Amino acid sequence: MTTIDYDLEQRAAPAVEEKRKTIEKVSIIISKGSLDGVYPGLIMANGARMEGIDANVFFTFFGLEAITKKRQDRIKVATVGNPGMHMPTLLGVLPGMSWVVTRMMARKMEKLDFPPVSEFVEMIADSGAGIYACKASVDMFGLSQGDFVPQVSGVITVGEFYEEAAGGEIVFT
Amino acid sequence: MTTMELAGVERDADGFLADPQQWNEQVAAEIAREAGIEELTPRHWQVVRFMREAYLATGESPSIRTLGKASGVPIKELYELFPKGPAKLAAKIGGIPKPHGCI
Repeated sequence: MTTIDYDLEQRAAPAVEEKRKTIEKVSIIISKGSLDGVYPGLIMANGARMEGIDANVFFTFFGLEAITKKRQDRIKVATVGNPGMHMPTLLGVLPGMSWVVTRMMARKMEKLDFPPVSEFVEMIADSGAGIYACKASVDMFGLSQGDFVPQVSGVITVGEFYEEAAGGEIVFT
Repeated sequence: MTTMELAGVERDADGFLADPQQWNEQVAAEIAREAGIEELTPRHWQVVRFMREAYLATGESPSIRTLGKASGVPIKELYELFPKGPAKLAAKIGGIPKPHGCI
C-alpha cells in the first residue's frame, strides 16, 4: 500500500524563486562588409551599453569596412545573392541598383533614428566599448592603423581578442 | 507587474514610475540613490529634465542618440554620469517610462 506524502511534495518546491540571470559582458564580431552585415552587430553593441552591459566590437575580414575612414559611410546593401531583398538576381546586378536600394534603406533608417555607420561607431566608442581591428585581416588587406577611424583602440590578434572577451559572451555576425 | 512603494509612489517591476505625474525631485533623488548615484549633480539634472520634458512633449522617451545630440551632455559624459545605461536610468530617475527603441 502506498501513501502520497503531500507534505514532502510541498517541501520539495523551491522556497524562493531563482534570481534572474543577467549578461554582464559581450564581445561582438563583425565580419561582413555590407550594410545588412554591419548594422546588426553595431545595434547589439550599442544596445548592450545602453543596458549597462560591457561591450567590445571586433572587426574582421570585410567588417573592417565599417571602421575604415574612406569606406565606412559608403557601405551598401547587397542586392545580389540576398533572397531577403525579393529582387531577381538579374535586376540586382544592374549598375546603380545597390546604390538605389542603399539610399532607400538609409532614408528609412534615418527616420527610425539609426545613425550612419561613422556616427554609430563613434557613439559606441564613446559609450566605453572597445573597438578593435583583427590583425590577420589588416595584414591581408595591407591596411594599417592610420587607415582606421580614431575610435579604433587597437589592431589585435585573435589571442588578444579572446583575452579581451574573457568572462563574457561572444557573438559572431 | 508588482508594485513597490517609494514614498507612496507606484512603480513597476523594474522600478519605473507607473504615473509620471507622481514624480517630484525627492522621488528622483531617492531613485538615483537606489541606483548608486548618491547625489544628483547639475549635469545629472540637465539630462533628467531633458528626458522628462521630451517625454511629456512627445509621449516618447528619447533615445541615447537624441540625448547625446540635444541634451547638451555628450555621450561619453552621459555614460560617466549614469554608468548602468544613461537613457534607461535617466528615464527612471525622471519618472517616465523605459525607452523602447533599439538605438
